[in-house]
Amino acid sequence: MKLQVASRLAIFALLELAARRDQQVSVAEIGEKYGVSTHHLAKVMHALGRAGLVHSVRGAGGGCQFTGNARRVTLLHVIELFEKRDSEDSGKDAPGHGTNEGRALREVLGEIDGIAQATLGSITIATMLKLVDRHRGGGRRPAASVAAAER
Amino acid sequence: MRETTTKPAADTLAIRRVRRADIADVIALDERITGLAKPDYWHDVFARYGERRLGERFFLVAEASEPRDDERILGFIVGEVRAWEFGSAPCGWVFALSVLPGARLRGIGQMLLDAISEEFKKANVTKMRTMVARDNRLHLLFFRGEGMMAGPYIQLEKELD
Repeated sequence: MKLQVASRLAIFALLELAARRDQQVSVAEIGEKYGVSTHHLAKVMHALGRAGLVHSVRGAGGGCQFTGNARRVTLLHVIELFEKRDSEDSGKDAPGHGTNEGRALREVLGEIDGIAQATLGSITIATMLKLVDRHRGGGRRPAASVAAAER
Repeated sequence: MRETTTKPAADTLAIRRVRRADIADVIALDERITGLAKPDYWHDVFARYGERRLGERFFLVAEASEPRDDERILGFIVGEVRAWEFGSAPCGWVFALSVLPGARLRGIGQMLLDAISEEFKKANVTKMRTMVARDNRLHLLFFRGEGMMAGPYIQLEKELD
Protein backbone atom coordinates (compact mmCIF):
# COMPACT_ATOMS: atom_id res chain seq x y z
CA MET A 1 0.00 0.00 0.00
CA LYS A 2 1.26 3.46 -0.86
CA LEU A 3 0.43 6.79 0.73
CA GLN A 4 0.49 10.14 -1.01
CA VAL A 5 3.45 12.31 -0.08
CA ALA A 6 1.26 14.82 1.78
CA SER A 7 -0.17 12.05 4.00
CA ARG A 8 3.30 10.73 4.81
CA LEU A 9 4.58 14.19 5.64
CA ALA A 10 1.53 14.91 7.81
CA ILE A 11 2.09 11.70 9.79
CA PHE A 12 5.79 12.44 10.23
CA ALA A 13 5.09 16.02 11.29
CA LEU A 14 2.49 14.94 13.85
CA LEU A 15 4.90 12.36 15.26
CA GLU A 16 7.60 15.00 15.64
CA LEU A 17 5.23 17.45 17.31
CA ALA A 18 3.49 14.89 19.54
CA ALA A 19 6.83 13.60 20.80
CA ARG A 20 7.71 17.14 21.93
CA ARG A 21 4.35 18.59 22.71
CA ASP A 22 5.67 21.11 25.22
CA GLN A 23 7.91 22.68 22.58
CA GLN A 24 7.47 24.87 19.55
CA VAL A 25 8.99 22.94 16.66
CA SER A 26 9.92 24.74 13.45
CA VAL A 27 8.72 23.54 10.07
CA ALA A 28 12.28 23.90 8.80
CA GLU A 29 13.55 21.43 11.40
CA ILE A 30 10.95 18.82 10.43
CA GLY A 31 11.61 19.44 6.72
CA GLU A 32 15.31 18.91 7.21
CA LYS A 33 14.86 15.58 9.00
CA TYR A 34 12.59 14.14 6.30
CA GLY A 35 14.32 15.78 3.33
CA VAL A 36 11.43 17.93 2.10
CA SER A 37 11.12 21.62 1.34
CA THR A 38 9.68 23.99 3.93
CA HIS A 39 7.28 25.21 1.27
CA HIS A 40 5.83 21.74 0.70
CA LEU A 41 5.62 21.04 4.42
CA ALA A 42 3.98 24.40 5.14
CA LYS A 43 0.99 23.42 2.99
CA VAL A 44 0.65 20.18 4.94
CA MET A 45 0.91 22.03 8.27
CA HIS A 46 -1.75 24.45 7.13
CA ALA A 47 -4.14 21.55 6.48
CA LEU A 48 -3.30 20.03 9.89
CA GLY A 49 -3.97 23.43 11.46
CA ARG A 50 -7.38 23.63 9.78
CA ALA A 51 -8.16 20.17 11.18
CA GLY A 52 -7.33 21.38 14.70
CA LEU A 53 -4.36 19.07 15.09
CA VAL A 54 -1.62 21.70 15.01
CA HIS A 55 -1.29 25.25 16.31
CA SER A 56 1.27 27.57 14.76
CA VAL A 57 2.89 30.59 16.35
CA ARG A 58 4.60 33.05 14.01
CA GLY A 59 7.73 35.05 14.65
CA ALA A 60 10.89 34.61 16.67
CA GLY A 61 10.62 31.66 19.04
CA GLY A 62 7.54 30.52 17.18
CA GLY A 63 6.83 27.17 15.62
CA CYS A 64 4.21 24.46 15.63
CA GLN A 65 2.63 22.47 18.45
CA PHE A 66 0.48 19.36 18.45
CA THR A 67 -2.95 20.19 19.82
CA GLY A 68 -4.79 16.90 19.25
CA ASN A 69 -5.27 13.86 21.45
CA ALA A 70 -2.41 11.50 20.62
CA ARG A 71 -4.40 8.55 21.97
CA ARG A 72 -7.40 9.26 19.75
CA VAL A 73 -6.04 10.69 16.49
CA THR A 74 -5.47 7.76 14.15
CA LEU A 75 -3.52 7.39 10.92
CA LEU A 76 -6.88 7.15 9.13
CA HIS A 77 -7.93 10.57 10.47
CA VAL A 78 -4.71 12.07 9.11
CA ILE A 79 -4.76 10.29 5.76
CA GLU A 80 -8.37 11.26 5.12
CA LEU A 81 -7.39 14.91 5.35
CA PHE A 82 -5.30 14.45 2.23
CA GLU A 83 -6.66 11.48 0.31
CA LYS A 84 -9.99 10.32 -0.95
CA ARG A 85 -10.63 6.73 0.09
CA ASP A 86 -10.83 4.28 -2.79
CA SER A 87 -14.22 3.01 -1.67
CA GLU A 88 -15.72 6.48 -2.06
CA ASP A 89 -15.34 6.38 -5.83
CA SER A 90 -14.99 2.66 -6.36
CA GLY A 91 -15.13 2.75 -10.10
CA LYS A 92 -18.71 3.78 -10.82
CA ASP A 93 -17.52 4.89 -14.24
CA ALA A 94 -15.11 1.98 -14.64
CA PRO A 95 -15.81 -0.56 -17.39
CA GLY A 96 -17.92 -3.47 -16.18
CA HIS A 97 -19.09 -1.72 -13.01
CA GLY A 98 -22.69 -2.98 -13.31
CA THR A 99 -21.84 -6.55 -14.28
CA ASN A 100 -21.74 -9.55 -11.95
CA GLU A 101 -18.00 -9.74 -12.63
CA GLY A 102 -17.69 -6.09 -11.61
CA ARG A 103 -19.66 -6.74 -8.42
CA ALA A 104 -17.50 -9.79 -7.60
CA LEU A 105 -14.34 -7.74 -8.09
CA ARG A 106 -15.75 -4.96 -5.88
CA GLU A 107 -16.44 -7.52 -3.15
CA VAL A 108 -12.79 -8.61 -3.15
CA LEU A 109 -11.47 -5.05 -3.29
CA GLY A 110 -13.92 -4.10 -0.54
CA GLU A 111 -12.42 -6.79 1.68
CA ILE A 112 -8.95 -5.35 1.17
CA ASP A 113 -10.24 -1.83 1.77
CA GLY A 114 -11.98 -2.93 4.98
CA ILE A 115 -8.82 -4.47 6.38
CA ALA A 116 -6.74 -1.41 5.44
CA GLN A 117 -9.22 0.92 7.11
CA ALA A 118 -9.40 -1.20 10.27
CA THR A 119 -5.61 -1.10 10.49
CA LEU A 120 -5.19 2.60 9.79
CA GLY A 121 -8.14 3.45 12.01
CA SER A 122 -6.70 1.61 14.98
CA ILE A 123 -3.17 3.02 14.99
CA THR A 124 -3.04 6.26 16.93
CA ILE A 125 -0.25 8.81 17.04
CA ALA A 126 0.59 7.52 20.55
CA THR A 127 0.79 3.94 19.25
CA MET A 128 3.00 5.11 16.37
CA LEU A 129 5.36 6.76 18.86
CA LYS A 130 5.65 3.43 20.68
CA LEU A 131 6.44 1.73 17.35
CA VAL A 132 9.07 4.37 16.62
CA ASP A 133 10.62 3.67 20.01
CA ARG A 134 10.60 -0.04 19.26
CA HIS A 135 12.49 0.61 16.01
CA ARG A 136 14.91 2.74 17.99
CA GLY A 137 15.61 -0.35 20.06
CA GLY A 138 13.47 0.61 23.04
CA GLY A 139 11.28 -1.74 25.02
CA ARG A 140 7.54 -2.30 24.98
CA ARG A 141 6.70 0.28 27.61
CA PRO A 142 6.35 3.96 26.65
CA ALA A 143 9.54 5.95 26.49
CA ALA A 144 9.73 9.60 27.50
CA SER A 145 8.45 10.79 24.14
CA VAL A 146 5.32 8.66 24.39
CA ALA A 147 4.69 9.73 27.96
CA ALA A 148 4.90 13.34 26.79
CA ALA A 149 2.41 12.71 24.01
CA GLU A 150 -0.03 11.02 26.38
CA ARG A 151 -0.06 13.80 28.96
CA MET B 1 -10.06 15.98 20.99
CA ARG B 2 -8.20 16.81 24.18
CA GLU B 3 -6.66 14.13 26.31
CA THR B 4 -8.28 12.62 29.38
CA THR B 5 -6.10 12.26 32.43
CA THR B 6 -5.14 8.66 33.12
CA LYS B 7 -5.00 7.81 36.82
CA PRO B 8 -2.84 4.94 37.96
CA ALA B 9 -5.04 2.18 39.34
CA ALA B 10 -2.39 -0.11 40.81
CA ASP B 11 -2.87 1.01 44.41
CA THR B 12 -6.66 0.85 44.28
CA LEU B 13 -7.20 -2.66 42.99
CA ALA B 14 -5.81 -6.17 42.90
CA ILE B 15 -5.52 -8.53 39.94
CA ARG B 16 -6.15 -12.11 41.00
CA ARG B 17 -7.63 -15.38 39.78
CA VAL B 18 -11.41 -15.53 39.62
CA ARG B 19 -13.39 -17.17 42.43
CA ARG B 20 -16.83 -18.72 42.28
CA ALA B 21 -18.22 -15.78 44.29
CA ASP B 22 -17.10 -13.38 41.51
CA ILE B 23 -19.16 -14.96 38.75
CA ALA B 24 -22.36 -13.02 39.49
CA ASP B 25 -20.36 -9.78 39.14
CA VAL B 26 -18.72 -11.03 35.93
CA ILE B 27 -22.13 -11.89 34.47
CA ALA B 28 -23.49 -8.46 35.44
CA LEU B 29 -20.45 -6.66 33.99
CA ASP B 30 -20.68 -8.59 30.72
CA GLU B 31 -24.43 -7.94 30.49
CA ARG B 32 -23.89 -4.23 31.05
CA ILE B 33 -21.42 -4.08 28.18
CA THR B 34 -22.96 -6.49 25.68
CA GLY B 35 -26.62 -6.02 26.62
CA LEU B 36 -27.04 -9.77 26.89
CA ALA B 37 -27.03 -11.85 30.08
CA LYS B 38 -25.24 -15.19 29.57
CA PRO B 39 -25.21 -16.91 32.97
CA ASP B 40 -24.88 -20.45 31.57
CA TYR B 41 -21.93 -19.40 29.42
CA TRP B 42 -20.07 -17.71 32.29
CA HIS B 43 -20.66 -20.57 34.73
CA ASP B 44 -19.28 -22.91 32.07
CA VAL B 45 -16.27 -20.62 31.47
CA PHE B 46 -15.63 -20.58 35.22
CA ALA B 47 -15.77 -24.38 35.37
CA ARG B 48 -13.31 -24.70 32.46
CA TYR B 49 -10.99 -21.74 33.07
CA GLY B 50 -11.35 -21.03 36.77
CA GLU B 51 -11.04 -24.54 38.10
CA ARG B 52 -9.24 -26.80 35.61
CA ARG B 53 -5.78 -26.91 34.00
CA LEU B 54 -4.83 -23.73 35.81
CA GLY B 55 -1.25 -23.85 34.53
CA GLU B 56 -2.44 -23.02 31.03
CA ARG B 57 -5.88 -21.44 31.55
CA PHE B 58 -6.24 -18.03 33.11
CA PHE B 59 -9.39 -16.26 34.25
CA LEU B 60 -8.32 -13.12 36.11
CA VAL B 61 -10.36 -10.34 37.67
CA ALA B 62 -9.56 -6.78 38.77
CA GLU B 63 -11.03 -6.28 42.23
CA ALA B 64 -11.46 -2.80 43.73
CA SER B 65 -9.93 -2.45 47.18
CA GLU B 66 -12.58 0.15 48.11
CA PRO B 67 -15.65 -0.66 46.00
CA ARG B 68 -18.04 2.13 45.07
CA ASP B 69 -21.73 1.45 44.40
CA ASP B 70 -21.15 -2.26 45.07
CA GLU B 71 -18.89 -2.42 42.01
CA ARG B 72 -16.30 -4.82 43.37
CA ILE B 73 -15.19 -6.48 40.13
CA LEU B 74 -14.02 -3.73 37.77
CA GLY B 75 -12.84 -5.95 34.94
CA PHE B 76 -11.81 -9.40 33.87
CA ILE B 77 -9.70 -11.19 31.30
CA VAL B 78 -9.79 -14.80 30.13
CA GLY B 79 -7.25 -16.66 28.05
CA GLU B 80 -5.37 -19.88 27.62
CA VAL B 81 -2.35 -21.47 26.03
CA ARG B 82 -3.35 -23.22 22.81
CA ALA B 83 -1.03 -25.45 20.86
CA TRP B 84 -0.92 -26.66 17.28
CA GLU B 85 -4.28 -25.29 16.20
CA PHE B 86 -4.00 -24.12 12.59
CA GLY B 87 -0.42 -25.37 12.69
CA SER B 88 0.56 -22.78 15.29
CA ALA B 89 3.22 -23.43 17.92
CA PRO B 90 1.95 -22.95 21.50
CA CYS B 91 0.82 -19.38 22.13
CA GLY B 92 -1.40 -17.46 24.53
CA TRP B 93 -4.90 -16.58 23.36
CA VAL B 94 -6.96 -13.85 25.01
CA PHE B 95 -10.63 -14.38 24.23
CA ALA B 96 -12.38 -12.09 26.70
CA LEU B 97 -11.46 -8.73 28.21
CA SER B 98 -13.91 -6.30 29.77
CA VAL B 99 -13.64 -3.26 32.02
CA LEU B 100 -16.60 -1.46 33.62
CA PRO B 101 -17.33 1.68 31.59
CA GLY B 102 -17.04 3.88 34.71
CA ALA B 103 -13.64 2.42 35.55
CA ARG B 104 -12.03 2.90 32.14
CA LEU B 105 -9.04 5.17 31.36
CA ARG B 106 -7.41 4.13 34.65
CA GLY B 107 -5.11 1.51 33.18
CA ILE B 108 -7.18 -1.48 34.37
CA GLY B 109 -7.31 -3.14 30.94
CA GLN B 110 -3.56 -2.71 30.65
CA MET B 111 -3.01 -4.24 34.11
CA LEU B 112 -5.20 -7.24 33.22
CA LEU B 113 -3.37 -7.73 29.93
CA ASP B 114 0.02 -7.41 31.66
CA ALA B 115 -1.06 -9.93 34.29
CA ILE B 116 -2.18 -12.54 31.78
CA SER B 117 1.00 -11.89 29.73
CA GLU B 118 3.04 -12.81 32.81
CA GLU B 119 1.01 -16.00 33.22
CA PHE B 120 1.59 -16.89 29.57
CA LYS B 121 5.32 -16.31 30.01
CA LYS B 122 5.35 -18.57 33.08
CA ALA B 123 3.67 -21.19 30.87
CA ASN B 124 6.64 -20.85 28.47
CA VAL B 125 4.91 -19.17 25.57
CA THR B 126 6.39 -16.11 23.94
CA LYS B 127 3.50 -14.89 21.84
CA MET B 128 0.00 -13.69 22.64
CA ARG B 129 -2.95 -13.45 20.23
CA THR B 130 -6.49 -12.20 20.25
CA MET B 131 -9.22 -11.55 17.71
CA VAL B 132 -11.09 -8.26 17.36
CA ALA B 133 -14.01 -7.32 15.13
CA ARG B 134 -12.85 -4.88 12.45
CA ASP B 135 -15.49 -2.38 13.47
CA ASN B 136 -14.77 -2.62 17.20
CA ARG B 137 -12.74 0.55 17.31
CA LEU B 138 -12.40 0.68 21.09
CA HIS B 139 -10.92 -2.79 21.39
CA LEU B 140 -8.72 -2.31 18.34
CA LEU B 141 -7.32 0.94 19.73
CA PHE B 142 -6.66 -0.72 23.08
CA PHE B 143 -4.83 -3.77 21.74
CA ARG B 144 -2.89 -1.69 19.20
CA GLY B 145 -1.89 0.66 22.00
CA GLU B 146 -0.54 -2.36 23.85
CA GLY B 147 1.75 -3.14 20.95
CA MET B 148 -0.28 -5.85 19.22
CA MET B 149 0.11 -6.06 15.45
CA ALA B 150 -1.62 -8.14 12.78
CA GLY B 151 -0.65 -11.80 13.04
CA PRO B 152 0.16 -14.25 10.26
CA TYR B 153 -3.36 -15.71 10.01
CA ILE B 154 -6.42 -14.51 8.12
CA GLN B 155 -9.81 -15.42 9.51
CA LEU B 156 -12.18 -16.79 6.86
CA GLU B 157 -15.88 -17.58 7.00
CA LYS B 158 -18.86 -18.36 4.76
CA GLU B 159 -22.59 -18.42 4.98
CA LEU B 160 -23.92 -21.99 5.22
CA ASP B 161 -26.76 -22.36 2.73
